[in-house]
Amino acid sequence: MKFAVWHLTWRSLLNRRLTALLTVISVALAVALLLGVERLRHDARAGFASTISGTDLVVGARSGPVQLLLYSVFHIGNATNNVSWQSIEGIAALPDVDWVVPIALGDSHRGFRVVGTSTAYFEHYRYGRGHGLEFAAGQPFADIFDAVVGAEVAERFGYRVGQQIIVSHGAGEVSFAHHDDKPFTITGVLARTGTPVDRSVLVSLEGIEAIHVDWVGGARMPGVNIAAEHVRKFDLSPKSVTAALVGLKSRVAVFRVQRQINTWADEPLLAVLPGATLQELWGVIEIAERALLAVSALVVAVGLAGLVAVVIASLGERRRELAILRALGASPGQVFRLLALESAFLGLAGCILGIMLLSATVLVVGPWLEASYGLPLSAGWPTPAEWRLLGAVLAVALLASLVPGWRAYRYSLADGMTIRI
Amino acid sequence: MNAPPATPAVAPAVALQQLSYTWPRATAPCLLIEDFVLAAGERVFLHGPSGSGKTTLLSLIGGVLDPQAGSVSVHGQVLGPLRGGRRDRFRADHIGFVFQLFNLIPYLSARDNILLPCRFSAARRARVAGAGTTPAAEVARLAARLDLDGALLERPAAELSVGQQQRVAAARALIGRPPLVIADEPTSALDADRQRGFLDLLLAECSAAAAALLFVSHDARLAERFDRRVALAEINRAGGVQR
Repeated sequence: MKFAVWHLTWRSLLNRRLTALLTVISVALAVALLLGVERLRHDARAGFASTISGTDLVVGARSGPVQLLLYSVFHIGNATNNVSWQSIEGIAALPDVDWVVPIALGDSHRGFRVVGTSTAYFEHYRYGRGHGLEFAAGQPFADIFDAVVGAEVAERFGYRVGQQIIVSHGAGEVSFAHHDDKPFTITGVLARTGTPVDRSVLVSLEGIEAIHVDWVGGARMPGVNIAAEHVRKFDLSPKSVTAALVGLKSRVAVFRVQRQINTWADEPLLAVLPGATLQELWGVIEIAERALLAVSALVVAVGLAGLVAVVIASLGERRRELAILRALGASPGQVFRLLALESAFLGLAGCILGIMLLSATVLVVGPWLEASYGLPLSAGWPTPAEWRLLGAVLAVALLASLVPGWRAYRYSLADGMTIRI
Repeated sequence: MNAPPATPAVAPAVALQQLSYTWPRATAPCLLIEDFVLAAGERVFLHGPSGSGKTTLLSLIGGVLDPQAGSVSVHGQVLGPLRGGRRDRFRADHIGFVFQLFNLIPYLSARDNILLPCRFSAARRARVAGAGTTPAAEVARLAARLDLDGALLERPAAELSVGQQQRVAAARALIGRPPLVIADEPTSALDADRQRGFLDLLLAECSAAAAALLFVSHDARLAERFDRRVALAEINRAGGVQR
C-alpha cells in the first residue's frame, strides 16, 4: 500500500497542535535533562582528567589520596597539614627525581586562589595532552612582589600587566584580613587552559613568605608592621609548602619513588599517582552519577508515559474517525500505523527538540558554569554515549507508540464501520 | 489488484446468498438472508427499524465483517476469499459510503475529505483519469452539483453545518464513480425540506454515475423515489435480534 498515512497523521497532529506541542515539550525537557546529566558527567570527567598531565607524583602531608589530589591540583578543599621545605629538598635530591614544583596555598585574591610556587611551575605544569602553560601577555614572576594571573582572573577583573593587586589571607570567597600593605604587581597573564590554573593567581614562594613575615598564627602581629621595602632584609626562603608536583627521569621508577616518599622518615608524607587517584575519585562519584542518570531516565519514562496517555485519551473520541477511515478503505494495519506514527512522531520531535534545548542551554549556561565551578560544558554534536542514550529513548518511544496503535487496531476490528458516538 | 469481474456486464452490485451472521457472544444469529440481489445501477430503499441489523448488513457488504456462513459478492467479486488488505482495497475501489452523522474526518478540509477515497484507491484515481479529468476538477464538478460553493471546500469539516457535511459526504462517496453507493440513514439528521433536497441530489448523482444505490432508512416516507423498496424483515429470517 503506498497510501501515505503520513499525510493524515500530520493533519491530525496539526489539528491538535497545542496538546501535541505540550507533549513534545514535556518529552523534550526529559530528554534534555537526561542528555544534560550525561554530558555533565562526561565533561566533568574529561575536565578533571585533562587538568594534569606530565606529573608523575603529587606529594603532600599524609591524608587521603583523593583529598590530596583535590586540594593540590583542583583547588577543592584545604590541606590539613604542610610539608616542610627540608622534605621538599630531600625529594628533589632523590636520584630518580627530575623536577619538583612546590605549591603553597592558603591565600586568595577576591575569591580566587593564590598559588605560591617557583618558576619551575611554568616550565613543568602540563594539562590536556601535554600542553604547557603559555602567556597571553607578559612573563613569569621574577621579583618577590610579582604575580602572574590566570585567564579567568584577568578576564573577570580586566587585569593587565603592570596593575597592582592585593592578596587576602585565607582561601575563602570573602576575606577580612588583607595583605594590603604589600601589593603585588602583575607581570604576566596566562592564556586560557580550561583548568583551575585559569582561576589562580601565581606568586613566588618568597612572596608568600614576605606577606606573612609580620603575621603569626593567621593574624597580624600586634604593633608590628614591616613595610614592603624592608621585607627584603628578612630570610624569605620558604619554611613549608602545601604540596609538590614531582616529575621523574623515568616513569619506571614511579612506584619506587612513591614508596620512598610514603616511608619518609622525617615526617609523614603521601605521594599519589594523579591518574590512579582520579580513577579512585570516579569510583566514589560513580554512585551519585548513576543515581542521577537513573532519575533522569525515570523522568524520560514519565514523559513518554504522558505521551502515550495523551494519544490514548484522544483515541476514545476518535473511534468514529477510525470507523470512517475503515469505510473509506483503510485497513486495520493502516489505522494502526496512523496512531503509531502519531506517537512516534511526537517522541521523535521530543528527542530532536530535547537536543536543541540542551545545546541552547549549554551555550547560555556553559560559560557561567565554567567560570563559577570550573566545569567545562562542551557545546556541540552529541557524544557516542549520548547517541546511545538517545537511541534508547527513541527505541522506547517507538515501542510505546505501538500501544496506541494496537488499541486503535483493536477498536477498528471491533467497531468495523459502526460509528460510535 | 482489480481483477475483472467474472461477468462484468450483468454482475449485480450486491448479491447475498445463504448469509448468516451472529455477533460474537450472541446466542442467536442477527442476520439470516437466503437471497438478496441489488442489480447494477439499481436504486433500492432498504427499510427497517433501528436495531434490526441494518448496519450489520452494511458492514458485511463492505467486507468489514465476515459472515459465519453464506457468501457476499459485490460487483461480481465474492468477498470471502479476499483477505486483509485486498478486501479493504476492494471496498475502497467499489463502494462509496454515506453515514447518518459524523461522516467527515474533522481535521481535514471539505476538499480533502472528498479526495480521501482517491488517496486510498488507485482504481478510483484511475476512473477519474479515465473520464478525462483530474481529481481536483472532479471535486469542483461534484461540489457544484451538490450546491457546495468553492470557499466552503477549503474550510475544516468540523465547521460545516450538518446539511453541508452530508453533501460533502455524498461527494466523497461518489468521487471516482464506484459501482455501488451505500447510504446509512443519511437524512435522519436533516429537517424535512433538506431531506428531500439531499435525496434529490443523491439520486441524481447516482444516476449520472451509473452507480447502484442501497439506501437504508427507518423513514418509509422516503421510499417512493426508489426503484424498489425492501423491508429488512422480509429478507431477514432471523428477525428481532439486537444490533
